[in-house]
Amino acid sequence: MSNNLNNGESVELKKSTFLLTSPYLKKVRAFFEEVTSITRFVLRFFKEVFRPRYEFSEFIKQSYLVGYNSFPLIAITGFIMGLVLTIQSRPTLAEFGAESWLPAMVSVSIVREMGPVITALIFAGKVGSGIGAELASMKVTEQIDAMEVAGNNPFKYIVVTKILATTLMLPALVILADAISIYGSYIGVNIKGQISFHLFFLQVFQALSFSDLFPAIIKTFFFGFAVGLIGCYYGYKSDSGTEGVGKAANSAVVFASLSIFIIDMIAVQLTSLFM
Amino acid sequence: MSGSIVKIENLKKSFGSNKILNGINLHVEQGENLVVLGKSGSGKSVLIKCLIGLIEADDGNIALFGKSINSIKEHELNAIRKRVGFLFQSAALYDSMTVRENLEFPLRDLKPITPEEINSSVEEALKSVGLEDAVDKMPSALSGGMRKRIGLARTLMLKPQLILYDEPTTGLDPITSKEISKLILDVQKKYNTASIIITHDVECARLTSNRMVVVRDGILVAEGTFTELSESKDEWVRSFFK
Repeated sequence: MSNNLNNGESVELKKSTFLLTSPYLKKVRAFFEEVTSITRFVLRFFKEVFRPRYEFSEFIKQSYLVGYNSFPLIAITGFIMGLVLTIQSRPTLAEFGAESWLPAMVSVSIVREMGPVITALIFAGKVGSGIGAELASMKVTEQIDAMEVAGNNPFKYIVVTKILATTLMLPALVILADAISIYGSYIGVNIKGQISFHLFFLQVFQALSFSDLFPAIIKTFFFGFAVGLIGCYYGYKSDSGTEGVGKAANSAVVFASLSIFIIDMIAVQLTSLFM
Repeated sequence: MSGSIVKIENLKKSFGSNKILNGINLHVEQGENLVVLGKSGSGKSVLIKCLIGLIEADDGNIALFGKSINSIKEHELNAIRKRVGFLFQSAALYDSMTVRENLEFPLRDLKPITPEEINSSVEEALKSVGLEDAVDKMPSALSGGMRKRIGLARTLMLKPQLILYDEPTTGLDPITSKEISKLILDVQKKYNTASIIITHDVECARLTSNRMVVVRDGILVAEGTFTELSESKDEWVRSFFK
C-alpha cells in the first residue's frame, strides 16, 4: 500500500517536473514575453508620437505609399465584392419576392461589415507584409543601426510615421471601397434586372443610417493601427538575417489579419450594446 | 595627440552562455588610428557596438570624450553619438534614398542649418571621398567600394572627432581595399580624427595603424605598432602577419 502511494507520488512529481521543464512551459513563457514586448512597443509609440520633432514630410510620403498606391487594388476588389454579393444574393431574395430589397441589403452589408473587413484584410496583405519586410531588411542591413549611431531617432522616423499613415489611410480607403462596391452592386442589379441609377441610390441611402456608417468607420482606424503596428513590430524586432525578413513579412500578415477579426468582434459587441 | 577620447575599462559582454568580451581595457588618443586585429567571431565588432551604445555591455566602464556612457540619458547619448562616426561593414546606406539624401540625413536634427550650408557640406564630404558625380545616384547603382566611400562620406557630414570602422575593406578587391585604407589616412590627416579600425586585413592594418591591439577570446593579448606585433614572440600573434 505504502509502496503504491510512493509510486503514485513519484509519478505526480515526475509529471510536475516534466511540466516545469517541458516545451509547453517554454511556449507559455515565450507568449508572455511577446505580449510584454508588444506592450512596450505600443507604449513607446504613444510616447514618441506626441514628442517633437514631428516628421511631417515622411508622414506625407508614407501616406502616399500606403494610401494612394493601395487604391487600385482596393478599388478592384471593392467593385468585385459589390458585384458578386449582389449576384449571389439575388436568387435567395427572389424566392421571397424581395428582389426590390437588394440595394438596401447589399449596401448595409457592405457598409457595416464587408467593406471594412475585406478592405482591411487586403490592406494587411499588401501594406502589412511590405512594412514587415522593409523594416526587417533595414534591420538586417544595419540601416536602422546607422540612424541610431548618427544620433537620429529611427523609431520616430520609421515606425511612428508608418503607423500614423496606416491608421489614417485605411478609413479613407474603406470609404472609397464602400462607394465603389455599392456601384458594383448597381451593375450587378442591372445584369438581370433594370433599375435606374437614381432609384438605386435612393434605396441605398434610405436603408443606410448614421449608426451604420459611424461605428464601421471608427473601427477601421483600429484596423489601420493594428496593421501598421504589427508590421512595424515584427520588422523592427527581426534579427535573424535574410530568413528573418520572410518571417517578419509572414508574421505581419498573419497577426494583422487575426487582429482585424478580433477587433471586429469587439467592435460589433460594443456597437450592439450602444446602438 | 592630446588626451584619451576613448577609455574602456574591464568591458564584459556575453550572449547567453557565450562569453564574447572578457574584460577589455582600451584607450584611444586624439588623432590616433588604433587598429583592432583578431579572428572572425573574436568580439571585435561587439566591442565597437558596445562603445557606441548599440549593444549594452554587461559590465565595465566606457568613457567617450571624458564622459561615461554607462548610465547617461538617451538625449545625452545621442549628443555624444553626433561626435562619433560609424562606418558599417555593409556601409548601411539607406536604400530608399539617393546619395544626397543619405548624406543629408544625419544633419536633420541640427538647427539652424540653411540649404546652402547643407549643399556645401554634401559637396565637401563627397569631394573628400572622390565621388562628387554620385550625388544623385541610388545606393543600388553603386559598387561595393563606392558604397563604402559614400558610407564614409556620410559619417564625415557631422565632422566627427572619432570614427569607428567595422571591417572597412572586407569584401573588396585588393586595389579598392588599398584605396579605402588610403582614404582612412586622408580623413585622419584632413580632419584630425581619432579612429578605431576593426579588421582582420593585415595590409589595411599596416597602412592605417598608429597603434594596434590583438583580440583573442574576448581579451587583448598584444599591443604595439605594426612592426612590433609582426615580430611578436607570441606565435599566434605572429601568425596574423604571415
